Amino acid sequence: MGTKYNFAFFDEGSKREIRRATLKAIAIPGYQVPFASREMPIGRGWGTGGLQLTLSLIGEKEILKVIDQGSDESVNAVNIKKLIVSTTGVQTTIDTRKATLIQSRHRIPEIPLNKEQILVLQVPIPEPLRVVEASEHKTKRLHSESDYSGAWLMLFEQIMKYDSVTHGADYPVIVKDRYVMSPSPIPRFDNPKLNNSEALILLGAGREKKIYAVPPYTKVISMAFEDYPFRVENFSGQKCHLCGGQGVYLDEIVDEKTGETYYQCNDTSNCLMRLNGGK
Amino acid sequence: MKDFQTPILVVQKLRKQFGVGCDHCRDISPEHLEKNYCPKCGTVYACRDVSFELYEGEILGVVGESGSGKSTMMQCLYFDQEVTAGTVSLRSYKNGKNMFSESAQQKRYIRNNMFGMVYQNPIMGLNMNFSAISNIAEKLIAAGNRNVAAMSSRGEELLDEVNIPLFRIKEPPKNFSGGMQQRVQIAKALSNNPPILLLDEVTTGLDLSVQANVLDLIKKIQRELNISMIVVSHDLAVIRMLADRTVVMLNGNIIESGLTDQILEDPQHPYTQELVYSLL
Repeated sequence: MGTKYNFAFFDEGSKREIRRATLKAIAIPGYQVPFASREMPIGRGWGTGGLQLTLSLIGEKEILKVIDQGSDESVNAVNIKKLIVSTTGVQTTIDTRKATLIQSRHRIPEIPLNKEQILVLQVPIPEPLRVVEASEHKTKRLHSESDYSGAWLMLFEQIMKYDSVTHGADYPVIVKDRYVMSPSPIPRFDNPKLNNSEALILLGAGREKKIYAVPPYTKVISMAFEDYPFRVENFSGQKCHLCGGQGVYLDEIVDEKTGETYYQCNDTSNCLMRLNGGK
Repeated sequence: MKDFQTPILVVQKLRKQFGVGCDHCRDISPEHLEKNYCPKCGTVYACRDVSFELYEGEILGVVGESGSGKSTMMQCLYFDQEVTAGTVSLRSYKNGKNMFSESAQQKRYIRNNMFGMVYQNPIMGLNMNFSAISNIAEKLIAAGNRNVAAMSSRGEELLDEVNIPLFRIKEPPKNFSGGMQQRVQIAKALSNNPPILLLDEVTTGLDLSVQANVLDLIKKIQRELNISMIVVSHDLAVIRMLADRTVVMLNGNIIESGLTDQILEDPQHPYTQELVYSLL
């Protein structure tokens, strides 16, 4: 450790406050619980919500994995991991199966999570109705009255303009037939993984000071009209050029010299596992 | 015959005040008030125990000067504002239960299924950044419709009805002229086939030919759909053309009511006389 910080950076009082908000969030699936978002050694909007959740939950025996857009080794993931490790000394891994606590920016891992694991998602804009209603006072009221016509209208307008829903990421979901929730900017592809998930999923927005949750085995439905069903991204006929993976979320990469387009797994640890023969 | 005479909407002693009131003005008798406010505590009584009835297929005109409480009354009826006291009941809703005492959810249901509202200012009634057809769909969505094909065909039908060219229905109303915006509002208000339409100064600020256009449309809606309407206007020509019966408001009170012809030809109250004779 070698720092003068308390274990996991925060003082115990702060951790307790965040845990209390987390418990409330779990008790009311999909409801945004306000909390006293702390100043962090990284800028707000760079994953402070997820980081605060992680730090409030982490124990010495935890095995940590941090992902940034599917990658374990991009700058954001590495820096967050460094901060957590230097204030806790916990073990880290890139193997999804071995991790007990996973903090992720905008992806849910390809390997199904199990009930021993907690997934923490970083959220930039927790309010799904923000696009149609700027006032927090009013959106709170809309949630309490379950008035979601604004969210539906947004989808309708996209269908009118483009004949399909154009949300690539952050596609709104209905949690347990009650709250409309922004699932953080995960691709639509990951939305079905929220439904009936075995792992606890926590979402934290540091700048917006909100925590919300999808408890295990909760019904999560992506919003869709009767005649325009929800669809995930279509990668049919494509596979990862490294591991040959299909049925996973692929990144489209263009070779600038040849102009050739090829695809690669977005979840790097899953790709690596497949290349190593499933180990 | 008996059925015909049951009013579709009954408003009783609707009161809306801004401020808490004091011992001096609480009984709202005219001798304690200066126009519609209390000179002691400054409380404004925008609507002072307004009562009226609306019958099926009828257009009720509401006239009065600026600040007489016409728009406040309309906004109270559409639940845009909370009333201070009074009741409103709809024949087709829960056997005439007082709707002001319903929950916010129920009020929203009533708004979306029983009423259509057209505001003087289209910004109040329309979302200027969404397409015209989405604006129509908004009310359908709010009423629980989740079928895109059904909603868009209903939207097209209504916009066609109000003479918005089909190739412009996917444009936002901010691109439209004032008259067009007003017609989109009317189409939106009609989307759920409400039994009652509330029209608040719909032609004010439109030029004469456009005004005639909108008035024609309102007449046509009344004739073909047999919808009851409350039409607020300070323009007596509009009232003369549209309304079967008229009430005159002054300082938050209804001072005179009767058949429109009767009120315009033979006004009884000094204010109504002044109003009618000042007509150019």
